[in-house]
Amino acid sequence: MKPALVRLPLLLTALFPGADRIVEIEAETVAEVIDALEARWPGMRDRLTDTSPAIRRHINIFVAGRRARLDTALQPGADVYVLTAVSGG
Amino acid sequence: MDVRVLVGSKKGAFILESDSARRDWRVQGPFCEHWPLTHVGADPSTQTIYAAGGNAWFGPAVWKSSDFGASWSHSSAGLAFPQGETPVQCAWVVHAAHGRLYVGVEPAGLFVSDDGGASFREIEGLRRPPTRPQWQPGGAGLILHSIVSDPADPRRLWVGISAVGVFYTEDGGETWSPRNTGTRCDFLPEGERYPEFGQCVHNIAMAPGHSNRLYQQNHCGMYRSDDGGLSWNSIEAGLPSSFGFPVAAHPRDAETLFFLPLNGADQGRYPPEGRAAVWRSRDGGAHWADRRAGLPQNGAYFGVMRQAMATDALDPAGVYFGASNGSVYGSRDEGESWTCLARDLPAISSIETLTT
Repeated sequence: MKPALVRLPLLLTALFPGADRIVEIEAETVAEVIDALEARWPGMRDRLTDTSPAIRRHINIFVAGRRARLDTALQPGADVYVLTAVSGG
Repeated sequence: MDVRVLVGSKKGAFILESDSARRDWRVQGPFCEHWPLTHVGADPSTQTIYAAGGNAWFGPAVWKSSDFGASWSHSSAGLAFPQGETPVQCAWVVHAAHGRLYVGVEPAGLFVSDDGGASFREIEGLRRPPTRPQWQPGGAGLILHSIVSDPADPRRLWVGISAVGVFYTEDGGETWSPRNTGTRCDFLPEGERYPEFGQCVHNIAMAPGHSNRLYQQNHCGMYRSDDGGLSWNSIEAGLPSSFGFPVAAHPRDAETLFFLPLNGADQGRYPPEGRAAVWRSRDGGAHWADRRAGLPQNGAYFGVMRQAMATDALDPAGVYFGASNGSVYGSRDEGESWTCLARDLPAISSIETLTT
């Protein structure tokens, strides 16, 4: 299966020394992308999801141009963007 | 000997460094990737600095530095309630004692780390008080913001929760009981102002060498307990207001303590008349004197939050506070005179000290 191309925000990778901004991940759902990110950089799951369980309120994950949930399915080679929402003051 | 003033702010941690003279200060920071931090504290036994916060994007975490701020890591491993419950929003306060690190969170919960902040587990006993379903949040949320431990007995802990009150355990967290007798709720109807729980505690501190002597700043009054919180007595007579957020104990003298009264809960919450003062008692709260030399006496409309005043371990003791306008003030003579150590930092939420 062609891996998904996952793009991570700088604000996130800054929290994990050595983390890449663009990652190729074989996954069928967004939840599996999160699993793979956690395996590579332990602790990253907690930054992106809460224990609802859900993607954090001010984190947006877009798949093929649409805002996704944890159970959103990925097509082979999907474009996945992890973005920080407008927030703060 | 080096003294560090640890500053928690809305945009990260800062560290103010000086030597034992405490004349010249160097400001370092911001640290922790500009995360909003509610508390930065230290474990003096390991010289490790910890910072508690919650980021709007990335959730709660505890930051850690073992090299006085040169490098930081963060963790929230285990800092979570069971799946499906309201998630932890923010790590609110850190407290190191007896080789452990305690963390209070929002919504009200207590966690402990036995591996220096790498991972955490919940102290589940705090879920079990029968009044728990009736706990109501204060203005800043349902937060566990104050933790006090007995240096002589690791099983004894007191926590402050807004707006629930003080709770106490003497079995390491298995069972908890309220410790609010004598503290009032001016915001409740007449005749109902001394409930078992529901008090808006703002901050608690333990007197040195007397583990049953506690001081408390409440939304409604200043208090002292001589029996580990079983009963509280008002010590606000002589102060300009019954409202404020922090209380700080002297490092060696159990009778000396410091409050920073603000003008009132519904009057702006700034120093009375816009004139800043720290109020000191030398006799356990029976008498008070304002100490304001060097503090702004005109147009001081800042707030000082619940964790934002602390003493250091030197002799004479240093006293420090941080304000919502980003200023840090310090005294190296137990509050007699003050100087501004830093200004124009982000809004300050906490001040602690670390002596090396």
